[in-house]
Amino acid sequence: MNLWQEVRLVAGKDLRIEGRSRVTAQQIVPFGLIVLLLFAFALDPDRGILKRVAPGLFWVTVLLAALLAVSRSFAIEADNGARDGLRLSGLDGPALFLGKAAAIAVQLLALEVVLAATVVLVYGIELNTLLPLVLATLAATVGVAATGTLYGVLAAGVRVRETLVPVLLLPVVAPVLLGATRAWEAAIDGIPSDAWPWVALLAVFALLFTAIGMLAFGPLLEES
Amino acid sequence: MPAVVRCRSAVCLLGRFPALAGVDLDASTGEIVLLTGANGAGKTTLLRLLAGLVPLYSGEAVVLDHDLAVDRKGARRDLALVGHETFCYDDLTVRENLRFAARAAARDVVEADAALERLGLTRQADVVHRRLSMGQRRRLAVAVALSRDPRLLLLDEPHAGLDAEGREFLDDVVSTAPSEHRTVLIASHELEHARELATREVVLTAGQAHLGPILEPEPHWEAS
Repeated sequence: MNLWQEVRLVAGKDLRIEGRSRVTAQQIVPFGLIVLLLFAFALDPDRGILKRVAPGLFWVTVLLAALLAVSRSFAIEADNGARDGLRLSGLDGPALFLGKAAAIAVQLLALEVVLAATVVLVYGIELNTLLPLVLATLAATVGVAATGTLYGVLAAGVRVRETLVPVLLLPVVAPVLLGATRAWEAAIDGIPSDAWPWVALLAVFALLFTAIGMLAFGPLLEES
Repeated sequence: MPAVVRCRSAVCLLGRFPALAGVDLDASTGEIVLLTGANGAGKTTLLRLLAGLVPLYSGEAVVLDHDLAVDRKGARRDLALVGHETFCYDDLTVRENLRFAARAAARDVVEADAALERLGLTRQADVVHRRLSMGQRRRLAVAVALSRDPRLLLLDEPHAGLDAEGREFLDDVVSTAPSEHRTVLIASHELEHARELATREVVLTAGQAHLGPILEPEPHWEAS
């Protein structure tokens, strides 16, 4: 098998498990919706604050939900010695990394579609300039998925994995929060030229952590 | 006969504890080597060392021409370990778990379907792992190993939890290994049963084992 066949095998396995357990649909998406609605309760929609801060609230919610997705992705490897099975499988580290990151990215994209629709409906914002908004979302999602997969395997063998992953991950993905929020603000304001530098930053971040993850995942899995 | 396993003064540490304190072991193609010893003698650690799951601290260990001191992963596609856990995913069916293992080892899914049949799991093919009984899980663990068509089969207490029919299936897998050019290392406390299958016996005592003659067909020899 070549690299992409191995990536598809691993991503397919994770997505099949997700499809059957429905953790994303029944827990992570509702969690994201609840967080968005709580923000709406806290920041009175009538005062116009929600419209101004909607991009930031959207991405904070995505990052919080991403923590759950990352934890879930490595929780399935903790049962029945599956992590040892993965090590013994013969699959290469880069393929394992890309496969698991791709599965997380697909789940996050599904979540983001639902949350974006909620933001439009509940917060009353208008998405005027779609291209930078979509590209920023894609790049940010890849960046979060790659970083989450890298830090997920780093914490995989630790008993306090669930609490360690947020502490490790959130500071690292702060540039994603900043870049994606700024890009969304520019897109919503209809000024795409202001969005492109942030889209570029997000793309660089995604490429950087994808490269690091491909190199580091295998050795980290061996030591976990 | 070409050597499949060669260990000389192999030492393996678990933390600071020398789980293996000098193991000499040879196994050739088609041999069935029984590893015996008291609890904590190092049988499981030896099998995990040969699978590349724990690092070699000192000495020499070569598996399928891969020196474990420098390359723990090289032999993994050509070996399989049946450990205390199944290495399977709770939310995948028996067939899906088998096919994933086979494809990860670059084998055809035909191998997975053959293993399914050989271990008598055809009726459970579409049952998810979490719904299997303990005995069915043990059978599945053996089937997963077989689906990889390994040249080296490492079995750690494989009879534990198996019913009479499961034992028959397992015994068939072990006894036909020489004709399939497969080497088997089997760690077991069920000595009478395992000795009937083995072509040689090696005793581990406090993490140590030494070379001895190959005795056939009555293999009840203990290392000095």
